[in-house]
Amino acid sequence: MNKILVIALNTYKESIRDKLLYNLLIFALLLIGGSVILSTLTVGERSKIIIDLSLASLNLFGVLIAVFVGIGLVSKEIEKKTIYTIIAKPVHRWQFLAGKYLGLLITLAVNVGLMTVCVYAVQLAGEWTLRLELLQAVWLIYVELMIVTAVALLCSTFTTSTLAAIFTLSLYVIGHFSSSLKEFAKKVGSDSATAVANVLYYSLPNLDHFNIKGEVVHHIAVSADRVFWSTVYGLAYIAALLVLAVIIFQRRDFK
Amino acid sequence: MIVCEQLSKQFVVGLRQRKVTALQGLDLKIDAGEIFGFLGPNGAGKTTTLKILMGLIHPTSGRASLLGRPLGDVGVKQQIGFLPESPYFYDYLTADEFLLFYGQLFGMSRVELKRRIDELLDLVGLEKSRSLRLRRFSKGMLQRVGLAQALINDPQLVMLDEPMSGLDPIGRKEVRDLILHLKEQGKTVFFSSHILSDVETICNRVGILINGRLREIGSVEELLGRYGVKTVELIVEGVTGPHGERLRAMAAKSIVTGPRTWLLFDSESRVDEAVALIVNGGGRLVSLTRQKGSLEDLFVKEVALSERANQT
Repeated sequence: MNKILVIALNTYKESIRDKLLYNLLIFALLLIGGSVILSTLTVGERSKIIIDLSLASLNLFGVLIAVFVGIGLVSKEIEKKTIYTIIAKPVHRWQFLAGKYLGLLITLAVNVGLMTVCVYAVQLAGEWTLRLELLQAVWLIYVELMIVTAVALLCSTFTTSTLAAIFTLSLYVIGHFSSSLKEFAKKVGSDSATAVANVLYYSLPNLDHFNIKGEVVHHIAVSADRVFWSTVYGLAYIAALLVLAVIIFQRRDFK
Repeated sequence: MIVCEQLSKQFVVGLRQRKVTALQGLDLKIDAGEIFGFLGPNGAGKTTTLKILMGLIHPTSGRASLLGRPLGDVGVKQQIGFLPESPYFYDYLTADEFLLFYGQLFGMSRVELKRRIDELLDLVGLEKSRSLRLRRFSKGMLQRVGLAQALINDPQLVMLDEPMSGLDPIGRKEVRDLILHLKEQGKTVFFSSHILSDVETICNRVGILINGRLREIGSVEELLGRYGVKTVELIVEGVTGPHGERLRAMAAKSIVTGPRTWLLFDSESRVDEAVALIVNGGGRLVSLTRQKGSLEDLFVKEVALSERANQT
């Protein structure tokens, strides 16, 4: 079997035997289910509240799984020294990283899949039509999670698991405010500050591209083009992160 | 099998980027079929050497090759087995799953692996615990399953970092027997240890590494012979009076217990004279034991020399 796939399946096995994953998943499913109860307290359209809350829960817990299960990708392997025996086998370092990444993507896909089923269940509780555009929103959330996981992987190659988690969460938050950096660059008077703001704007991920929850909730059509180009942007960003992770990891000493 | 030429490693530590030398100009050549013991106190650079050879850390300078291939060649690892020091493994896996995972990394088929896993679990005595997750394993059991993963690919070269550490006397004997079993199969074994008696009994050659430098290399006999650390122990009975006094004066140490006297001679040079004195004095020689100097004596001597050199 392909070595990347062997490592990926082992990573998947590791995550599904991790209690943390189940705790997060149970909370996510409860929150998604809870959106039905919360919607009864509102005067607005119940279905909008249900979809808004359940998609937000799916997104939030997806990020938490990506970060907290994802940081175990590499930094925990180094801290626990489990990596020693893997690198000593006929496995390239890039194959190890690719396997770890793929393993977490499988874990995320399974979890996002379960949460999506739950989202559809509660959506049907609010209105009796199956809204396929929810899948567009879920797909873009998944692409966003792929980026967050790649950031976690990159941070894992050079720092401890705690710092990797902090960096990844910070980058996730910044990624949702990166358009503010563009505004800041326009308004600030100093040339150097504008340059810095521009560099940050173009180098940090713009995660707003993957947020179409508002449109879906309010029945605003999202073009297939937008979904396609957001996906292309996400995949290109992931490729850059993975290349950088491999370069750092290749040079690293496992003391 | 293994060639190191002027292999060195410096680590940069702390915020001040202080440089610490872990290994200095290591020259080493290990031939096929040898059991080579790498000795040294903690922090001597043994693990660093093994990690460099296994591609876990990059050398600062120097060259090395394994089975004729330069460092960094991933393909050569197909022929190598490695057990790290105090191994940490995926504790969520059972022994069976664990070995299957490592076997698959060598591209082995499931059928081939099933046979090999049965064979190895039997060899390391874990066949009854094969379905148990590793988090339930004792330290000795982990060391054994670690040895099994190092042998999963039937390697030509086996590298073991402190394979006996943390094991009870029975476990240590089992590991010793296992290494000898590998030797019978024509494998080359390179292992580090600070348990000297183990090294002494199973190695063809040993290297003593202290403060990152290789201080000695050779067969155990060669090294001990070079230092000539030998003593002779005599137990005699019924030697009294002036004969007894002369005998005790000749010996380096003596203890009289009842009719028997225990005598220790620093060298063999005066032993013949002592035996003649016992016979002429009407006494009886109960036993004569030539005690070879141990590797431990040599080791302690080398460490002391190194410390003295550092102080001056």
